[in-house]
Amino acid sequence: MHPHPFGDVAIAGVYNTPQARRLPDHTSTSIALAGAVGALADARISPGEVDGVVGPASAEIALELGLGPCTRRPSGLGIPAVLDAAALIVTGQCSVVVVAAGGAGVHTDATSTAPWTRPANELVVSYGLFTAAEFALMARRHMLTYGTTSEQMATVAASIRNNGHVNPEAIYFGRGPFTADDILASRMVADPFHLLDCATTSEGGCALVLVAADRASDTPAPVWILGGASDSFGPAYMVPPVWDFRARHGGECFGRVGAQAARASFAMAGLTPDDVDVAELYDPFSFEIIRQLETFGFCPEGEGGAFVNDGNIAPDGRLPVTTDGGTMSFSHAGVSAQQLQRVIRAAQQLRGSCATRQVEGAEVAMSSNGGAGALFCDVLLLGKERP
Amino acid sequence: MTLLKAQARGIPTPSPSVHSQPYWDGCREERLLFQRCASCGFSALRPSTVCASCRGTSMAWEQSAGFGSLYSWTVVWRPPDPSFSVPYAPAIVRLDEEFWLMSAIIGCQADDLHDGMRVGVMFHPVSDSVTLPYFSPLDPV
Repeated sequence: MHPHPFGDVAIAGVYNTPQARRLPDHTSTSIALAGAVGALADARISPGEVDGVVGPASAEIALELGLGPCTRRPSGLGIPAVLDAAALIVTGQCSVVVVAAGGAGVHTDATSTAPWTRPANELVVSYGLFTAAEFALMARRHMLTYGTTSEQMATVAASIRNNGHVNPEAIYFGRGPFTADDILASRMVADPFHLLDCATTSEGGCALVLVAADRASDTPAPVWILGGASDSFGPAYMVPPVWDFRARHGGECFGRVGAQAARASFAMAGLTPDDVDVAELYDPFSFEIIRQLETFGFCPEGEGGAFVNDGNIAPDGRLPVTTDGGTMSFSHAGVSAQQLQRVIRAAQQLRGSCATRQVEGAEVAMSSNGGAGALFCDVLLLGKERP
Repeated sequence: MTLLKAQARGIPTPSPSVHSQPYWDGCREERLLFQRCASCGFSALRPSTVCASCRGTSMAWEQSAGFGSLYSWTVVWRPPDPSFSVPYAPAIVRLDEEFWLMSAIIGCQADDLHDGMRVGVMFHPVSDSVTLPYFSPLDPV
């Protein structure tokens, strides 16, 4: 089999700015810019070498860092942005690409949920739907079909929140430790989700630097792209999130969004779920972890609840999950940064540079983005060694 | 015990498109309309000009009898904005004509909600121009 061209792309730099509930001195652009500067310093690459910028503030970063004329891709969230950056490199359009994102000063109305959680679409707006309710409709169907329980979901939330509890860089550092009972005792938001089953909201920025393989040899700690793909069924939060709905005859249903992307990613990498040492899974709601574990093939469909109950996702388990605290405890700065942060944490695990919850000897890491309630799910596999 | 009720006026209301206007016009007349492909019979998740199954362009409006089964639901206690009264129960209903609808259940207790519960449409005005379809249990609970 020919090696996939992504094998010629390295992630040479990663950086998280300080994350906080509020960063009053920043805008979304300025905190993304701070992320870009930090990631370039981490890679020991001069900003003058950058010839591509990807992310919501790509044009602004090109201007502020004086990078023009350069390539910019304004769209792309998280893993799709990383895949776009890798494609720019393997097609020879760019040689050093910064992927940056940030959120600050966006969520200022405390009487409402964050603006990015509230869909305005005509078919859902009057029914009071928001992200928690959309994901709850998926979780409920899984509970009815497979007997998945609130206690199993709470076990996920406690595990991830405890990873944040010990992480000094997490906005909820020191807020635990949590037991599943603590999660179940928090107030109900959208049944079956209690407050502590849900992501928090915060502010912060982050960035990655991607380079071609020949440039990576001069950087201190490159990690490698083994495979990646994206699944989407349509726009998020505009139509009923029906678990069993199939857009194609014989295709995957909405509830298994990400299954095809995972299969494609593993095929690109020549790996299986058994090869993954650590999974930096996107955790907007506790149930979504259970769903992804099934959908990505770490356990059979319907057995995700039992898989987490058996301790598999704990720091000393078979598959440590979301080791920095994720969107529940580390940070959730809008629509984009926290998705890139799953990739950043996976890179840090492979470097062996995590100050807390380092998975010893990790050689293959998975990252994911999105989730069933949003009708999209992205997968990325990273490796310590060049494929 | 908490009775699930329709929302009062003041909640966010839909902005129909040229493609969805017939649906909202139907609601105002207390008729539940849905689109079905005249070629292959497929019903989409939202109004469209193309059939997502056969890719034909023969989507046509029909009137539903308004009966269906509860497929999934949540009970919300923290609303997205303060105009909503809690608790309320957003729900996905599978209509007997084999289409899916996002709505909410009213007229029963939150604890009464169960898989496959038979429900019927109830129209409720939430502004001078917008009437929302809700669903209530058909059988005593």
